[in-house]
Amino acid sequence: MTGPMSAPVDDPAPPGLSRPRRARPNYTPYLLLLPGMAWLVVFFVVPTLSLASQSLQTGNVETGYTLTWHFQTYLDALSRFWPHFARSIFFAGSATVLTLFFAYPLAYFIAQKSGRWKNFLLVLVIAPFFTSFLIRTLAWQTILTDNGPVSSFARSTHLTDLLQWLNLTNNDSLMNSRFAVICGLTYNFLPFMILPLYASLERLDHSLIEAAGDLYAAPIKTFWRVTWPLSLPGVVGGTLLTFIPAAGDFINSRLLGNTRTVMIGQVIDSEFLRIQDYATAAALSFVLMLIIVVIVAVYVRRAGTEELV
Amino acid sequence: MRWIRAHLVAMAGLAVLGYLLIPNIVVIVFSFNKPNGNYNYQWTRFSLDAWTNPCGTPGICESLGLSLRIGFIATFVSTVLGTMVAFAIGRHRFRGRSTTNLLIFLPMATPEVVMGSSLLTLFIAMGIAPGTVTILIAHILFCLSFVVVTVKARIASLDPRLEQAAADLFANPFQAFVRVTLPLVAPGIAAGALLAFSLSFDDYIITNFNASPSSVTFPMYVWGAAQRGTPVQINVIGTVMFLAALLLVATGQLISNRRAKVVA
Repeated sequence: MTGPMSAPVDDPAPPGLSRPRRARPNYTPYLLLLPGMAWLVVFFVVPTLSLASQSLQTGNVETGYTLTWHFQTYLDALSRFWPHFARSIFFAGSATVLTLFFAYPLAYFIAQKSGRWKNFLLVLVIAPFFTSFLIRTLAWQTILTDNGPVSSFARSTHLTDLLQWLNLTNNDSLMNSRFAVICGLTYNFLPFMILPLYASLERLDHSLIEAAGDLYAAPIKTFWRVTWPLSLPGVVGGTLLTFIPAAGDFINSRLLGNTRTVMIGQVIDSEFLRIQDYATAAALSFVLMLIIVVIVAVYVRRAGTEELV
Repeated sequence: MRWIRAHLVAMAGLAVLGYLLIPNIVVIVFSFNKPNGNYNYQWTRFSLDAWTNPCGTPGICESLGLSLRIGFIATFVSTVLGTMVAFAIGRHRFRGRSTTNLLIFLPMATPEVVMGSSLLTLFIAMGIAPGTVTILIAHILFCLSFVVVTVKARIASLDPRLEQAAADLFANPFQAFVRVTLPLVAPGIAAGALLAFSLSFDDYIITNFNASPSSVTFPMYVWGAAQRGTPVQINVIGTVMFLAALLLVATGQLISNRRAKVVA
């Protein structure tokens, strides 16, 4: 399962394959690539360009659309829906920070401390991920319900008051609130954070931590100076795999939120499929993609692991 | 106090594991519920009704069948195409490697709404009516990249000397590939296929953009149900899926453990 987290771009050429005698050019790689790449070009590159063109067209479903380079669509769309963009970034960002916070101890425990339970625990992490996303999200309705154990526990420990003060609840209920949406996003993307972190931490040589201890570093210092920097590739990979899908998600905000938690994905979905304002919907999709690319680029640069993306 | 300190990581880790598993436990428990209203969110009383009659609500088993069919076809096609691409990248030097890698990476970095809506604009522009075929095209697309990176990681971890050894023992390139390379890469291909199936089976957002009222997949059925009331049968199917996944992943682990022992 280390696959989706591995570095995608420009990895070194395969080792040990330089054969000295090669008179004619080798067409094998191109033949192998052809069907897969053709699929990606026809159904990914072309539609993305078609989306870009759609966002600059005017017209409607009945009369058809013509390309008029109508940039006004972008300005209108942004001025109408900027709160949804801001909310999506906020929800996805909070969920990413929380998944990192939750996933780290579990990934560390599985990678370094679990011994012969390692495989069993990994199965438990992966298995829920193979069960329907929607059904599991609906289960949060039951968990966070008003008179359920979680709600009464939160109330008795004044956690509800804290969340209410942070403006994350829906009056005094946990369900259909910002809290529920962030909780659902965090839950749904947790495996995407655990697996890359696990992959990094498993490679961590435990003797390095022992060495830091031998040199009188306190456990916290050891963590910040040794463990954390060595796990950075996993942290970066995991945060990207969480943030990107979370920013475009609308299942959690639709099933666990209310009308004031609508995320941009839901707006795009309804502009396309219900209102059928294709130009606005395409413009919004494009802006979302642009925002994500910019955030990811800045983040990856700051994190200093540029070889990752 | 010392004990708590020493086991802090373990306790935090297990608490997180609990957070991860609680919804699945809720799904299982509520598959035995008999709710009063349309929504299965409140525990009422124990009943086996949904288990004895899993197709009891109209449309549910049809949608499950469609999702399984789409899942199998999308998995097969994306695994074949993805494995070919992975071999090209992992085993050959050629011009345009980094462009290829970028093209593989981009679909994984694209939010689902964007991918779904751009495919829809293409289908509209080309006048293709949405339905099972458009869903399949979309599923193969988003599974492809995940298969490529999974298989590629496996190929990268192989020792190239094994193939050279086969060549030294007078195996021709085809024999070396079939008898040495392919068996070694097989676990990666299996993992990629499993991932592809779960991605396809579970997708709602992209599917919803490219489906028609006559092609309702299981996630679309669940989504629709969530607006009107959730039949208990959804939980039954969810439970079966969870157990099947648990069994499959556990078997896979067992096989790879046994292999590791044989090698060691």
